Amino acid sequence: MAGNIWIVAEAWRGQVSEITFELLALGREVAGQAGVPLEAVLLGSNARELAQKLGAADTVLYADNAALADPVPENAAAALAQLIKERQPAAVLVPLTNLSVDVGVVLAAQLNVPFLNYCKNLKADGGNLTATCVLYGGKMEATVTASAKPAIIGILPGARSVEQGRSDKAAAITDVAVTLAAPKVHFKKYLDPETADVDITQKDFLVAVGRGIQTKDNLELAEDLAASLGGAVCGSRPVIDQGWLGLSRQVGKSGMLVKPKLYVMLGISGAPEHVEGMKSSQCIIAVNTDAAAPIFNVAHYGVVGDALEVAPALTEKIKARKG
Amino acid sequence: MNILVLMKVVPDVVEELEVGSDGKSLDTSFLRTIINERDDHALEQALLLKDKHGGKVTLLTLDAPDIDDVLFTALAKGTDRAVKICGVESVQSTQTAVKLFGDVIAKTPDLLPVDLILTGVSAIDDLDGLMAAPIAHQLGWPYTGVVTHVTLADKTATVIKEFAGGVRGEYDVPTPAVLGIQAAEKPPRYVPVAKVRAAMKSQTIETVDAPAVEAATTVEVQQMAKPQVTGHAEMLEGSAEDVAGKICELLAKRGLL
Amino acid sequence: MSTATASADKDNGVMTLENLAKFPEGQKVYSCMQCGTCAATCPYGDDLVFPPRAIITMLESGLIEEVFASPGLLNCVTCYACMAKCPRGIKLTEVLLPLVKEQVFTHLKEVPAELQKALENTMRYGNPMGESPRKRALWAKSSPVPVPVISEIKRPVDVLWFVECYPSYHPRGNDGNRATAKLFKALGIDFAILGNEEKCAGECARLLGETGLFEMLTDSNIKLLRKYQFKRIVTGGAHAYDAFKHKYPAAGFDFEVHHTTPFFAQHLAQLKPKLTKKLDYTVTYHDACALGRHNGFYEEPRALLQAIPGVKLVEMAHSGVNSICCGGGGGGMWLDTYYAAKGCERLSERRVKEALDTGANVLAVSCPYEISRFEDALKVQGGEKRMVVRDVVELLAEALEG
Repeated sequence: MAGNIWIVAEAWRGQVSEITFELLALGREVAGQAGVPLEAVLLGSNARELAQKLGAADTVLYADNAALADPVPENAAAALAQLIKERQPAAVLVPLTNLSVDVGVVLAAQLNVPFLNYCKNLKADGGNLTATCVLYGGKMEATVTASAKPAIIGILPGARSVEQGRSDKAAAITDVAVTLAAPKVHFKKYLDPETADVDITQKDFLVAVGRGIQTKDNLELAEDLAASLGGAVCGSRPVIDQGWLGLSRQVGKSGMLVKPKLYVMLGISGAPEHVEGMKSSQCIIAVNTDAAAPIFNVAHYGVVGDALEVAPALTEKIKARKG
Repeated sequence: MNILVLMKVVPDVVEELEVGSDGKSLDTSFLRTIINERDDHALEQALLLKDKHGGKVTLLTLDAPDIDDVLFTALAKGTDRAVKICGVESVQSTQTAVKLFGDVIAKTPDLLPVDLILTGVSAIDDLDGLMAAPIAHQLGWPYTGVVTHVTLADKTATVIKEFAGGVRGEYDVPTPAVLGIQAAEKPPRYVPVAKVRAAMKSQTIETVDAPAVEAATTVEVQQMAKPQVTGHAEMLEGSAEDVAGKICELLAKRGLL
Repeated sequence: MSTATASADKDNGVMTLENLAKFPEGQKVYSCMQCGTCAATCPYGDDLVFPPRAIITMLESGLIEEVFASPGLLNCVTCYACMAKCPRGIKLTEVLLPLVKEQVFTHLKEVPAELQKALENTMRYGNPMGESPRKRALWAKSSPVPVPVISEIKRPVDVLWFVECYPSYHPRGNDGNRATAKLFKALGIDFAILGNEEKCAGECARLLGETGLFEMLTDSNIKLLRKYQFKRIVTGGAHAYDAFKHKYPAAGFDFEVHHTTPFFAQHLAQLKPKLTKKLDYTVTYHDACALGRHNGFYEEPRALLQAIPGVKLVEMAHSGVNSICCGGGGGGMWLDTYYAAKGCERLSERRVKEALDTGANVLAVSCPYEISRFEDALKVQGGEKRMVVRDVVELLAEALEG
């Protein structure tokens, strides 16, 4: 394959996002198949120490520029476009997070190439890249070839494990220079969530509710179950948008990443946006009326049934056992 | 303040989706389409801005089955103009949709100027791109995506964009701009059917012919399939009572109680 | 088009709030003597900003717009209590309230989320739950008695069974369906269902004031029914029955229609010898508003229950014409969260308290909404161990198995 495999590292507020390591793990495989080096691109300002964490890549291209300190996608895209022009990678893997997706789509627009979206797996086969993309909210998977040069590919969270992409190896950092014009869009500030009533990321037991609970009143059933377990209630995006639960209780793409010992899901079908926030839970039990709900491919235990009936029954049993 | 909203339809996943006989696309015999949920939020956001600042909201869509109902509903909600791009077979790729919208926006005399173009930040069928960024690029306008709040002042839209962990970012975006809407500040409003019917009698949908665009994309679907079940949950069966008992046993065994 | 547009409709024989006085039933509205019986009998009387008599005052004094602007009438569950008790015989629930509620609904600044979803689902999928229309007849696969679909058997039938939404999709409603199918078979009745083509009868949309949606569903269902040949329609949906009986005819519906409870009561002589299994239940019957107060079916369900060997029938403090609504009518089915937020007591809970007070162990019902509403309320009241909720048809079917 002509050209290296790149991953765009995501770092913000002084931290490398976990998905960066997932991309490193996937990128490593693809680079191996293609017989080319894997390069990570880190854009930032005074972020060299973060570049050192990316040892899983053969090279880290580190661009330091004051304009890259804040999350301004057009700056990041402009920087990447320059580097791509100079170095001609074969493929650029971009994290499909709220933070990085805009970088990917603006970059693709600038280069006039497609942005291959919802990719959960990627293979290099001879000179071709074949991606598996998740469509229609997880109902279908498409096997896709991407022949654009470079192929800009949005990688879903969870494509590989974080551990696979971590390395103790010292990163080989190459400093690269980028020239950036003043951006049109001006980043003003971060808005942190209001102090959470409960920190769901610290709970061992979570009861998650989705659209399937139908009404706000039914939250009580989830609260009761969470109380019996000694945990807290959280929810998928529709429940938060409806105002039934606060923003601090949202699990998934825009919300929290949780890894409790037990994650009980009431009426959540398993949209990828939610799954990415909870898939690392140690034990997942899903209750859903739809036997074909994609969540049953993620959960360890499944119940096809009405969450509104199962939840109170379970609360009773747990209470009885705990005495 | 004038706003142009771009809308497209996506497969309705309330219905089971099946793979077509070519093995690489959806079986269309039972396929029903529904408006992309985030595009509906984009329209709501536009209407909320209109409620606040006045101005006109124009809705531009690609033709699709039942699209007139969607357009009349939008008109009944307060949209000022509804325009559909006719002569398009079912548009299979987002790249093609971008080209169609981009071309129509550029060439239809009175769609521009506007202060904002709003569209959903993404759709469940966006395989080869997202709509908003390339359209912004084509117009040379600024773009911001994953937007959940928009405040308009003179020549600036102050927007809130979602990151992760409940953290959001505030940006100033000079107008005219293209925004990819994640969610409107309020869920899309309801409009009684009687008002939609009244709109059908009193208002019209404008049409423009689809320009000829090359459907060239470098993304090619080789195969489509329902996801292979890698690990399926162990299913627990019985009445709610039975199932609760089984779960309880499991939790006890795992030392979780 | 709306039947109550504020514009001065050129009548066309359509009653509006402006031309009320031109119709005998409308004229009667102005005979109100402000006795307040309507407010006193209304289950949400304390929460209504404008009880019927106040609406009439506002109408007379030209201030009706104020009523339109208030969401208060979302608390009207269209239980027909005010109409049943009005000493002047004013058709409050039939004539006045629908015209006003349509305007209230149109003027709502925000439709409560749960209700909005139900309406949008009904419009798109033909059922308020938002289930796939292609799964509407899926329940029939689990029926112990074959349930033919009329489009598949391609012949006329005696009974066309209009199943309705909750019975089609709700697991407890499915139980009632299986029972109804068994009863049809026991009586040797040739029946079929519409299958996936059937759509919500729409009565709740109408009662809520979403008249346009009701008209849409009316047209669609009538068109569908005209495709097939049958002698009569039987439905387990109390609201569907009410709509077919009183509202659909205006749109050209001219079929004979029955609700399952009175229908089986008509066949009691034939059914009774087959009810051989003794059921040692103490049963109290909840009169559904649409069947009782609006259609006078008070005796039929009780006659059926008393025909079951072993059943002891007891009455609640409020029964018959005095029955208290389950709170599900007029969109109330999807307003529980809204009512709770306003601090209103749930009517279903008020009702099950009365039911529990009778000491009965079975609460018998004839309307598909009531099963889930009362089962829910029993749980809230901690009464689910003492009492179960069963449709009358479920009890009959159980007694068949001697």
